[in-house]
Amino acid sequence: MIAPDRIRSIRRATITLVVAALLYEAVARTGYFPQALMPTLPQVGSTLLASLLDGTMLTHAAATMYRVMIGLGLAVAVGLPLGILMARWKPIENFCMPLVSALMPIPSLAWVPVFILWFGLGNTVAILIVFYAALFPMLLNTWSGVRAVNPLWLRAAGAMGANERALFWKVMVPGASPFIITGLRQAFLRAWIAVIGAEFLAASDFGLGWVIFDAKEFLNTDMMLASLVVIGGIGFLFERLVFGSIEKATVQRWGMVRTVKG
Amino acid sequence: MLRSRAKRGVSKHGAASSFETRPSPLLRMRRREVVDREGFALLSGMADVTANVIDAPAAPRAESRLHVLWRNAFPFIVVFGLWEIVARAGIFPPKLFPSLVTVAQALVDLTISGILPHHVFDTVLRLLAGFFLASVFGVALGILMGRSRRMEDVFLPLVSIMAPIPGLAYAPLFLLWFGLGNKSAVLLVAFVSSFSVIFNTWTGVKAVKEIWVRSAQAMGADDRRLFIKVIIPGALPYILTGLRLGLAQAWRILVGIEMLAAVPWGLGWMIFGAREFLNTDVMLAGVVVIGVIGLALEKLVFQKIEQYTVMRWGMLT
Repeated sequence: MIAPDRIRSIRRATITLVVAALLYEAVARTGYFPQALMPTLPQVGSTLLASLLDGTMLTHAAATMYRVMIGLGLAVAVGLPLGILMARWKPIENFCMPLVSALMPIPSLAWVPVFILWFGLGNTVAILIVFYAALFPMLLNTWSGVRAVNPLWLRAAGAMGANERALFWKVMVPGASPFIITGLRQAFLRAWIAVIGAEFLAASDFGLGWVIFDAKEFLNTDMMLASLVVIGGIGFLFERLVFGSIEKATVQRWGMVRTVKG
Repeated sequence: MLRSRAKRGVSKHGAASSFETRPSPLLRMRRREVVDREGFALLSGMADVTANVIDAPAAPRAESRLHVLWRNAFPFIVVFGLWEIVARAGIFPPKLFPSLVTVAQALVDLTISGILPHHVFDTVLRLLAGFFLASVFGVALGILMGRSRRMEDVFLPLVSIMAPIPGLAYAPLFLLWFGLGNKSAVLLVAFVSSFSVIFNTWTGVKAVKEIWVRSAQAMGADDRRLFIKVIIPGALPYILTGLRLGLAQAWRILVGIEMLAAVPWGLGWMIFGAREFLNTDVMLAGVVVIGVIGLALEKLVFQKIEQYTVMRWGMLT
């Protein structure tokens, strides 16, 4: 029953995108704005292709991914255990929560100048900024996830003779998993935003953010737009493919989220 | 959906935070599904995080006020104490790792000389201008997309393509197109924060129960009254969530863009400029002020708005 609707939506979406592209192209070709500021789409496309083929774009993307992955990994390594501890032991929650509430409203980018002074330009700053940005979503979602585990399940498992370890692995982890996965997703999104900003400001020599910023100096608008496409593409890919499949492999398989599509 | 929010609303305002008043996982999950339907859990999911932070200090009633105060202050005393010890021990150069007294001194000096208030004023003005543009544009577009299938098909692809790109990545483009300074900063803030407003408004309008619309129509409501009396109040919890997320995003992006756009005044610029002169105390004072403003926006502005509109109209409780 969805099918004809879907097809119509896809058709309209395609039309919209084509029309938008044509409009852009038309404005770019009239020469109303300088060519350097508003390159035509074929120009952007060829720049993208060239930079992909000669490997520069891949190097930059790899450098950015490296920073994101290390920072995100650290955030998970700290946020996940701390979140669980906070949810299970009241004193830890009492100690950490005020600090988290105070640090959380500070945008990660505000720390960039401070970190630059402390650690110098380069990878360390970018990784730390990513860590800072990704930590809070991870921590808070784990915390609320563990707290939201139905006490009935815990009691039921306890009554059926589950020991602490089994209780943890068989009940609490699956029970909190929808929240943890959501936290991971948000953490990645935040990390992805933060890394671009950190690369702008803590100018190292590699990274997609640096490419955009560097291209600005030379008015290479086509290069900027090409990197934007790559940045958006990677973000989209991660969101849809990586997290989508993680969710399928864990949460949905464990039956924690009912699939309501149909 | 509304029920789960209702429960959250209760604990948010400090009625109690025992396990029973917390939304059951099933309710919360149901809520999540609604949001996840279109795959925008990312954007909307952040509401959980901000809400939780507000939840956090809500203490059981039995505790006395003084006790709560002490419990919340204790971690800060420990951290500040550690900081002070490290700073005074001289492990790091004091220029880079100033003692808290120096930071406080810088804060007071800057405030008295009028420099800090000027920075704050300009930053807040920029934030409000950008956020105002984003909310007007975002709510209007979101409602259009929610009510008209055609508009949804036209705009959703465009919005979904532009939204996943980190906001700051657009910054150099905006700087090239609109020049350094205020115009780019405000426009970028508006552009970036409008996405979560659009998505949430759109979801909210679509989530208005069909039966409410039909019963209003059956009782003879015309289009205008249907819109004002049913659709707007029905979608309001989502719209407010969107605005709140938008404001948080605007705040985050504004600090970044102020560092890049070479604006003459602004907190972002203040801390970035202080780096040149190794004024770590000024930088840390700036970070503190940024945090305080961020917290104030969340606590004072949005909680109040929510209380006055959504709660009063009975959409949450």
